[in-house]
Amino acid sequence: MFYLGMPDRSEVFDEMYGFGDDLRPAYKGYSELLSNIDPAHLKRQSDKAEAFFRRTGITFNVYGDADAEERLIPFDILPRIIDAKEWRTLTKGIEQRVKALNAFLHDIYHRQEILRAGRVPASLILENEAFLGQMVGVNPPGDIYTHIVGTDLVRTGPDEFFVLEDNARTPSGVSYMLENRETMLKMFPDLFSSVGVETVSDYPSLLRKALAAAAPQGCDGKPTIAVLTPGIHNSAYYEHAFLADQMGVQLVEGQDLKIADGRVCMRTTCGFQPIDVIYRRVDDEFLDPLNFNPNSLLGVPGIFDIYRAGGVTIANAPGTGISDDKALYSYMPDIIEFYTGQKPLLKNVETWRCSDPSSLKYVLDNLPELVVKEVHGSGGYGMLVGPAASQAEIETFRAKLTANPANYIAQPTLALSTVPVFTDAGLAPRHVDLRPFVLVSPNAIDVVPGGLTRVAMKEGSLVVNSSQGGGTKDTWVLSDG
Amino acid sequence: MLGRTASGLFWMMRYLERFENTARLIDAGFRMSLTRVRTPAGEWESVLTTAGTRDAYLQNHDGFRTREVIDFLFTGDDNPSSLLNSIKGARENARMTRTALTRDVWEAINETWLQFKQNLAEKAYQSDVQDVLSSIRQQSALVRGSISATMLRNDIYRFAQLGALIERADNTARILDTKYYVLLPSSASVGSSLDRIQWEMILRSASAERSFHWLNGGEVNPSEIIEFLIHDVRLPRSIAYCYDEIIQTLGELETEYDRRTPAHDLAADHEAHLTGSTRDTIIGSGLHEFLVDFIARNEALSRQIEEDYRFSG
Repeated sequence: MFYLGMPDRSEVFDEMYGFGDDLRPAYKGYSELLSNIDPAHLKRQSDKAEAFFRRTGITFNVYGDADAEERLIPFDILPRIIDAKEWRTLTKGIEQRVKALNAFLHDIYHRQEILRAGRVPASLILENEAFLGQMVGVNPPGDIYTHIVGTDLVRTGPDEFFVLEDNARTPSGVSYMLENRETMLKMFPDLFSSVGVETVSDYPSLLRKALAAAAPQGCDGKPTIAVLTPGIHNSAYYEHAFLADQMGVQLVEGQDLKIADGRVCMRTTCGFQPIDVIYRRVDDEFLDPLNFNPNSLLGVPGIFDIYRAGGVTIANAPGTGISDDKALYSYMPDIIEFYTGQKPLLKNVETWRCSDPSSLKYVLDNLPELVVKEVHGSGGYGMLVGPAASQAEIETFRAKLTANPANYIAQPTLALSTVPVFTDAGLAPRHVDLRPFVLVSPNAIDVVPGGLTRVAMKEGSLVVNSSQGGGTKDTWVLSDG
Repeated sequence: MLGRTASGLFWMMRYLERFENTARLIDAGFRMSLTRVRTPAGEWESVLTTAGTRDAYLQNHDGFRTREVIDFLFTGDDNPSSLLNSIKGARENARMTRTALTRDVWEAINETWLQFKQNLAEKAYQSDVQDVLSSIRQQSALVRGSISATMLRNDIYRFAQLGALIERADNTARILDTKYYVLLPSSASVGSSLDRIQWEMILRSASAERSFHWLNGGEVNPSEIIEFLIHDVRLPRSIAYCYDEIIQTLGELETEYDRRTPAHDLAADHEAHLTGSTRDTIIGSGLHEFLVDFIARNEALSRQIEEDYRFSG
């Protein structure tokens, strides 16, 4: 099928064709099969896939958008393919990073050696909103802080992978990884019998195992697990329900829980029943109105006290959010070296901290070329993509930046790799990122072979966030041999 | 099961049942408005009364014109029981309890919602109200069918059943109460054509007109209608049928949970009250009084179930 190239193909790495016109090995098997599929059939399957998502209610909510309360994330039917060797490299790099993150979180909530060693400025940690003083001296079961991580990666060349964000707080999107694969299996069953693709479908059972392994020490027998959701109006509610359903555990809201006899209990039709492990999809701030934000209606008064006393496991641990801070991100290479004694296997994107006057000057002088982000931001909100912004947008941002420099970091605009998407005119390259999902338990780190590939559906756009109109693709990791 | 999940299932079904009942009422009202025996205003007023929304309607309207009443019943912002609000309520509760539903049931409810929204967006009900109402009946049948065919017969199913039955008993009582005076023996108007139309309307509102005629060979007698809708356990929309099923469902919950609650006694008491009455005692001591008392008892049972099974904190 005709591939509608972009003008600067030689500058942007394409996952299917590299920098030129030669098919990359990972795509050989798939490309052959694809060339035998009638485009009209592709179009039909693409429409069917959309109808399937709508009927199943695989939607997300957009905040402040009353009309389109629930939206579909566009799904593209062409997979993003990663070969076994590439995947091994990524896996090693991710494992190293996740280990370092857990060691770092343990350290800053205990002896704070990295601060004493001066490798990370103490003020960045101690004055950070996401640093939870209440966690100091607390030992989470198994010493795990980040049970679930979704590392955001981008690629700019054959061996050029960068970590963009660590997402150690409450990464979302794993339900799309699973539903996208289910959809592909329904739409193109033949593909999977010819191309060897690693399975992702055991994620829910791995998650369940990881959560069970993190049960408090006092828990004997089979731990009771629950997923804690803010409720049906949360943007990721579908995912919360999906995961609870797939794991066969209760989906609870704060209003279902109360503290009784030193335990966190859920209100059932037969009375109150204690819970051992809570997979929370509620931010730290809203977890416990007694210990954190007193106005929170989503949390459970006193839950943090039970946690501190070892009566319940909260995953991810309270206080992990600090590792998502984008200013801290710039120190990740030091953090990895400090705790593992090794050089980072995966690169960080060069980052200017605007709190630093000379960096700020550089950033202000080069705004049209840079991506500027809020240090606590997420979801693509409050971000400037210089090359895509109008003069007016740049000036507005300049004012914000000057008023509060410490709130921002800046990065070069990376030429994110492209992958073909299916359009009415044919296949067209669109920029993508990749979020593999990592499960951490006391004796293992599992990186599920696959992940969420987010794709900017607009030609040339570099913003892949679903809240900004990005779509998703199934992600194939090829099996060896 | 979480108390909130039980609540979600119970209310999901109450809303779904309400959605279907309101559609049926609109259908009956619409037919009356086409017969043109007299002005349709009175019939629409009855429909609104039965739906429990007459007062809300009169706050912003000053007459019972077909177009306005239908709009109000479909989408009225000021009408908490509009079709739109009912199906929205059903779907929100279904979303909340999604993990307790089979995929078939969830998809059937979601499709009902999507289909209804599309009908609204296309303003289909303004050009062909009966078409839209029949699609609502079909969708509701799909939901009920998938519940019946795919749901495990455990507490999940039982709380859903209880919601549907309580709402339905309430609806049947309201249908009778709105027109109770045309069912009472009075020398003035027995058997006038106007009466016959009113009786048909009652039967039609309860989807009972065919069954009634099968059993009565085309003879319509108001005290038979009272008997049929209140006492006949063969009719799935009769009050007695609903209470038979409620008692049975509560009994199954008692076995499953190994626990009897005050709701069991209350339901048994209501059923004894029902079976202890006859059409003659009801007419003798006042049909309207009987129905008002029943509606209050039914609501009390609903509240007792909510309390016994910890629907909320």
